[in-house]
Amino acid sequence: MPGHSDPGFDTLSLHAGAGPDPTTGARAVPIYLSTSFVFESSDHAASLFNMERSGHVYSRISNPTTAVLEERVAALEGGVGAIATSSGQAALHLAIATLAGAGSHIVSSSALYGGSHNLLHYTLARFGISTTFVKPGDIDGWRAAIRPNTRLLFGETLGNPGLDVLDIPTLSTLAHENGLPLLVDSTLTSPYLIKPFDHGADLVYHSATKFLSGHGTVVGGVLVDSGQFDWNASSRFPELAQPYAGFHNMVFSEESTVGAFLLRARREGLRDFGACMSPHTAWLILQGIETLSLRMERHVANARKVVEFLASHAMVDSVGYPELPGHASHALAAKLLPRGCGSVFSFNLKGNRTQGKAFIEALKVFSHLANVGDCRSLVIHPASTTHFRMDDAALAQAGITQGTIRLSIGLEDADDLLDDLSRALKAAQKVAA
Amino acid sequence: MKLSVHDREVFAYTGGKAFDASLPTVVFIHGAMHDHSVWALQTRALAHQGHAVLAVDLPGHGRSVGPAPISVEAAARWVVDLIAAAGVQRAAIVGHSLGSLIALETAALLGERATHLVLVASTFPMKVSPALLSTALEQPLKAIDMVNALSHSSLAAKPSAPAPGFWLHGSNRALMRRLQSAYISSGHGNLFHHDFQMCDRYTAGLEAAGRVRCASRLILGRSDQMTPAKTSTALASALHADNITLPAGHSLMGEAPEGVLNGIRSFLARSTP
Repeated sequence: MPGHSDPGFDTLSLHAGAGPDPTTGARAVPIYLSTSFVFESSDHAASLFNMERSGHVYSRISNPTTAVLEERVAALEGGVGAIATSSGQAALHLAIATLAGAGSHIVSSSALYGGSHNLLHYTLARFGISTTFVKPGDIDGWRAAIRPNTRLLFGETLGNPGLDVLDIPTLSTLAHENGLPLLVDSTLTSPYLIKPFDHGADLVYHSATKFLSGHGTVVGGVLVDSGQFDWNASSRFPELAQPYAGFHNMVFSEESTVGAFLLRARREGLRDFGACMSPHTAWLILQGIETLSLRMERHVANARKVVEFLASHAMVDSVGYPELPGHASHALAAKLLPRGCGSVFSFNLKGNRTQGKAFIEALKVFSHLANVGDCRSLVIHPASTTHFRMDDAALAQAGITQGTIRLSIGLEDADDLLDDLSRALKAAQKVAA
Repeated sequence: MKLSVHDREVFAYTGGKAFDASLPTVVFIHGAMHDHSVWALQTRALAHQGHAVLAVDLPGHGRSVGPAPISVEAAARWVVDLIAAAGVQRAAIVGHSLGSLIALETAALLGERATHLVLVASTFPMKVSPALLSTALEQPLKAIDMVNALSHSSLAAKPSAPAPGFWLHGSNRALMRRLQSAYISSGHGNLFHHDFQMCDRYTAGLEAAGRVRCASRLILGRSDQMTPAKTSTALASALHADNITLPAGHSLMGEAPEGVLNGIRSFLARSTP
């Protein structure tokens, strides 16, 4: 598909990384459910293991179907390549484990998915990696938190659950001034709403379980590298700029000027930790990506209608959607997210916890479960579920109260969603009476 | 490895093995807005199969300090001096695109000291459209995107390079952007415009071909829009070169890594004159 510029987003969503199958002519991406791939000869085997040639050996490290997903997401994000993982959490762990070890330090936004907060605050601390949490908009706080042993800055494009918009241009500049990369979780936005690399981020990951797959059927993650961070120029990353005894003394930044991170992440992290993606999962996520732009447009359109409805309802104390003028990230959202702020947001119900319970249990179209980014609309109470490990102080820092309810707006008819919410709010009101 | 050429520190990738000048040596020269890493799969393979490899970063590119050479002829003199600095007596010379013109001049300068000449994605003259040169001056990032799109023949070249999961369009764009940014930061100016002007201004290709003493091979891309295979006839004729055409665009080393490697390796296996 040669031309004078790269194809557009929708074309890449359908074609990047895959053409007609050269063996069978199959037009859709075939699912290569094979653990291993036959060597042509002993020399061929040795050269694959030594990275003298590109190819597939064992599906924990790479697989033809999974590679299509990796190339496609990299194309949509504007990156140099990607690694598919067993979950979004595995992608986050792979990014950190490639750059940090015992004694390392991370500066992170405090507005995180509960599982990510737990990984950083508790689990990685057991392995000697410490984290300083900073409110996403507190730029001076980010600057002050950087130490000589810091290895990366990390935040979510839209902080969970208050949707604080991460100031990627400012934070990436701060990171680069200190020889550090900025890692961004772009799960809630997808590359359709924002490409963090265009604003200076160095690494992006997704829980592909959410909008990329879009149908609530699979669990997976994708880690993408922009190729723009110069690991060799920073003195903080000997893992990438010095010989690695774990892989033939390879100096990854010499092997690939723009792909050093991904080479090490695949040759060490994926090989040794083993959190790989099944080719079947990759195929399902590819199916989702083929309609990503269509779905995201509808997700955002429905979310805007629901936000407008809730913002004017008497039972609602506040709605946390950055397109609303009162949101702390309103101006930044207009700058970084002109296509919309996704369809996952929270609102605070007036009343007590019993009323919140009545609201959730009265919903019929919304499903009460722990997920977001499904084509179906979803609801959850963060304080008692996704963020239940956090104490009140941490909850407050993340902008969560006992009355906070999170919605993930799906692709149903907007009027049916509004009817469902209206009925549930009435049920909550009745409990108070 | 690091070397000193003309009192400046320069870098040449040795294929992941310690450089041994006593082995048959192959010198790889990258093209415009590239560095040694575009040869990753070809160089690593040859270095582990009995060759000494020097994949240079031309001055101003990658890890070699600038400024970039002012002409193809100047770049060739630099390569000859680098070969001497590495203690190499005779070498095979391989170049891609702009690097193929430099390889041609280098082989002409080396005379009997060049054992083989392989020109990948090459043609002569290598004229660049005024529109592209103008865009390079005024909107270099747009020019990078144009050249990147023109350099690839497919959205799905397999098995990708240097490993599965890499998006070739993105890798090439990132490399060009990185080099352009570094060159500007170091105060040398617009590398994109400089490199493509070098291609455009080189006029001595056929004379150089007449001075080449070793056997030559052209490895061309069937879908190359930058240096179309059909335009290489005069150069191939002047060199008495044989041609291999691969199913790829201008970015042959990424789109057809094994074909390029096999094309080089089989040619090197021919006896040295």
